[in-house]
Amino acid sequence: MENKHVSAAVRKKDAMQLLLGKPAFMEDVTPADALVVKVLRSPHAHALIEEINTDLAKKVEGIVAVYTYKDVPQRRFTLAGQTSPEPSPWDRLILDRRVRYVGDGVAIVAGETEKAVNTALRRIKVKYTVLEPVLDMHTALDHPVLVHPEEDWVSVIPVGADNKRNLVAQETTSDGDVEAVMADCDLTFTRTYHTKACQQAMMETFRTYTELDPYGRLHVVSSTQIVFHLRRIIANALDIPQSKVRVEKPRIGGGFGAKQTSVAEVYPAFVTWKTGRAARMVFSRAECQTSGCPRHEMEMTVKIGAMKDGHIRCIDLHTLSNTGAYSEHGPTTVGLSGHKSIPLYTGGLEAFRFSYDVVYTNVQAAGAYRGYGATQGIFAVESAVNELAEMLEMDPVALREKNILREGMVMPAYYGEKANACALDRCLTRAKEIFGWEEKWPVRDMGNGKVRSAGVAMAMQGSCISNVDIGSATVRLQEDGTYTLSIGAADMGTGCDTILSQIMAECMGCKLEDIAVFGADTDSSPYDSGSYASSTTYVTGKAVEKACTQLKANLCAIGAQMLGCTVEEVEFASTSVRKKDGSAEVSLADVANKTTIGNNTSAQVTATHCSPVSPPPYMVGMVEIELDKETGSVEVLDYKAVVDCGTPINPHLARIQAEGGIVQGIGMALSENVTYDEKGRITENNFFQYKIPTRLDMGKLQVEFEASYEPTGPFGAKSIGEVVINTPSPAIAQAVARATGVWHRTLPITPEKVLMGMEEA
Amino acid sequence: MEIKLTLNGKAVTAHIEADTLLLDFVRARGCLSVKRGCETENCGLCTVLLDGKPILSCATLAARAAGHHVQTLEGLQEEAADFVGFIADQGAEQCGFCNPGFVMNTIALLRENPDPTDDEIRAYLAGNLCRCSGYEGQLRGIRAYLDSKKEG
Ligand code: FES
Ligand code: FES
Repeated sequence: MENKHVSAAVRKKDAMQLLLGKPAFMEDVTPADALVVKVLRSPHAHALIEEINTDLAKKVEGIVAVYTYKDVPQRRFTLAGQTSPEPSPWDRLILDRRVRYVGDGVAIVAGETEKAVNTALRRIKVKYTVLEPVLDMHTALDHPVLVHPEEDWVSVIPVGADNKRNLVAQETTSDGDVEAVMADCDLTFTRTYHTKACQQAMMETFRTYTELDPYGRLHVVSSTQIVFHLRRIIANALDIPQSKVRVEKPRIGGGFGAKQTSVAEVYPAFVTWKTGRAARMVFSRAECQTSGCPRHEMEMTVKIGAMKDGHIRCIDLHTLSNTGAYSEHGPTTVGLSGHKSIPLYTGGLEAFRFSYDVVYTNVQAAGAYRGYGATQGIFAVESAVNELAEMLEMDPVALREKNILREGMVMPAYYGEKANACALDRCLTRAKEIFGWEEKWPVRDMGNGKVRSAGVAMAMQGSCISNVDIGSATVRLQEDGTYTLSIGAADMGTGCDTILSQIMAECMGCKLEDIAVFGADTDSSPYDSGSYASSTTYVTGKAVEKACTQLKANLCAIGAQMLGCTVEEVEFASTSVRKKDGSAEVSLADVANKTTIGNNTSAQVTATHCSPVSPPPYMVGMVEIELDKETGSVEVLDYKAVVDCGTPINPHLARIQAEGGIVQGIGMALSENVTYDEKGRITENNFFQYKIPTRLDMGKLQVEFEASYEPTGPFGAKSIGEVVINTPSPAIAQAVARATGVWHRTLPITPEKVLMGMEEA
Repeated sequence: MEIKLTLNGKAVTAHIEADTLLLDFVRARGCLSVKRGCETENCGLCTVLLDGKPILSCATLAARAAGHHVQTLEGLQEEAADFVGFIADQGAEQCGFCNPGFVMNTIALLRENPDPTDDEIRAYLAGNLCRCSGYEGQLRGIRAYLDSKKEG
């Protein structure tokens, strides 16, 4: 049967409103006369507050409140948006006497105007005892200086954390006899790769509005991906029951994982709870860059064991991850660096080992960023495989074809899951074709100091956190025969409101316009873990499907009653409920009307879904660059990608996800740097220094899909949102190595580094 | 200080502080399409038209607009509606936060150069950052619009 709505490239339901600039975002839809909330930030990477005097600040006209560590609840919590109990240790207070990075919170100021607040911030007098910071992640483990020496630090579930060792998580997993297989290989080699604490750089910075509702509850309107987790985080932080908190999200100006951490919310929430006044906090871009929650900086050491013919038999990976000053997402990101890179080579692997340490340091706390830890791990493993190809003088595509994961294989490095839907092999073949691999792989000297070269990489991700993530949907037939769909997942521009409506329209056989979609509000939406871990289409989509099935059954029951027959005798036929023998029917409009008169069967159904597996989407990316040997600059000419996301529910939105992810990946590879001075201050604290790609930096993109059918997903769908950021770094690093003979193992590959590399070579 | 200017065709007289930015001025007057994405004049989200020319309202004092015509997307709905549907057809609006600035600058581009090449489009809009879309879909949308005009 042909799908009508699934796989249709329809417009996003909110597209025209957004393009015409209608009010949709937090600052547009909340009262502008709320108190302005700002936070005084620590100038030191590690210090104790000896004295803090706020008297002068409080006297500034228009200042309503100034809070310090002395005013906040003394119960630790985490800002990570994760299912409870959170894997991230509870190591935060709203404000702490110990400040742990440059940018950590010192005081909260609330006032009538921004000017007053800025003046008050300058008038707070703080005396610090400056302590030695731990700035190098390599020396953090068992360093004599502890980032979290406090006794009330709690690790809620066992992740190997130990605050007395600066350790946030530690684990080793393996399969097979790594030592024996390595010893039996023709060739083994070890390489170390390093990725930086890249910023999500969503255009809308962190921002939150809070007020008390008529019941005296805290009403939070925030740009967030995780309304339900946020409700718990705020309740924990303020030490109040969750029934006192309502969280709602308007349109979100981009998230990419940043808004899976409660970066801004607790500050205005605390102000409103204490003062009873509406409050609003909007992060500046600088604040976003220095007091946000970027990607975990990781250093990965990969050892590969292979045969001369290119058979990859063993991968041994160790990841050192830097969570910074707080633990958010530290114990969970790191796992993906191995579990979503090594399985790509399941085809040939006889053994693997993956171990990691995650450490605290005195730099900006990390968080969740698209790709989570997979992006880092894939840069390392894919680069190592490309280096192997060079050593063996093999074509890197041919090398992969020999070793890759194929449909039906069980992946020991991916929790023993089976690849039920995997078109990775077809992605490789198709990418080769559309890219013109045979012509572009040879290095071409353009004769003007410029060289053209190519690179390739593969990627995978997950489609949820298996056995954890929950999606729910409430579907309802309205009085006039139209529907509502209510979800707790958050559309952050990705289009999930529309995609989930498409799934519903397909199930109910109605028009897309006949569905009013709403999300997300903790008071009225059904529970959902939130929009992260690539889970929305796969998990919440399935919940929509389940809810529709039940709704149809309920409508059949009502219809049967109206027709005076048994429910077994009728069927749901989109615009009517009819007798299977065709002898009679009642229109959906009549059924809908009946639901409001003398009716005992609900025309509203909520269904919940959780998946025991997390089927990976796959991708192959190929890049052609032009490298200028004079300046070291790298221009991306052409990027071709082929993605297997199962069934693309909306091909246009899937394509844009892929293109947007690739461009972010190009930024990570070539320009997005994060460096610290000797005091631990971040240099790249604005868009002038932190260079995200412009439309001149990305060359030509082309994305295609190789569909597979995932039996556990809605209409065969898997995920798309994250996998797409993973291929540019390793592919570009390979192209640069082809052009210059130098492998860059630390990102980003800036023109300076390219030049210096060529000089040293 | 008191200033007089035209905002989306309406005469406005207002008392402002000397350091009020045009961005905050227009938002305070209901032009909520105008967004702020940075503090360093790097993102283009705050683009408005001053006497028909695109400027960054985050880098312009409201006082400088005195006596001039300021236009935001609120005042150019029809001109925008003419082509933004083509961008919607690509799914390239994504989160939408960068859209108003991008649409304003595209309006300026199309007024100046009704038939731009792809490279001209990229160059003109280079200052309009977008973190979601990867830019290619925005370009496809504009291209589709230009093609439709030729066919029509
Ligand atoms: S707000 Fe970024 S350029 Fe004006
Ligand atoms: S659409 Fe989100 S920044 Fe452009």
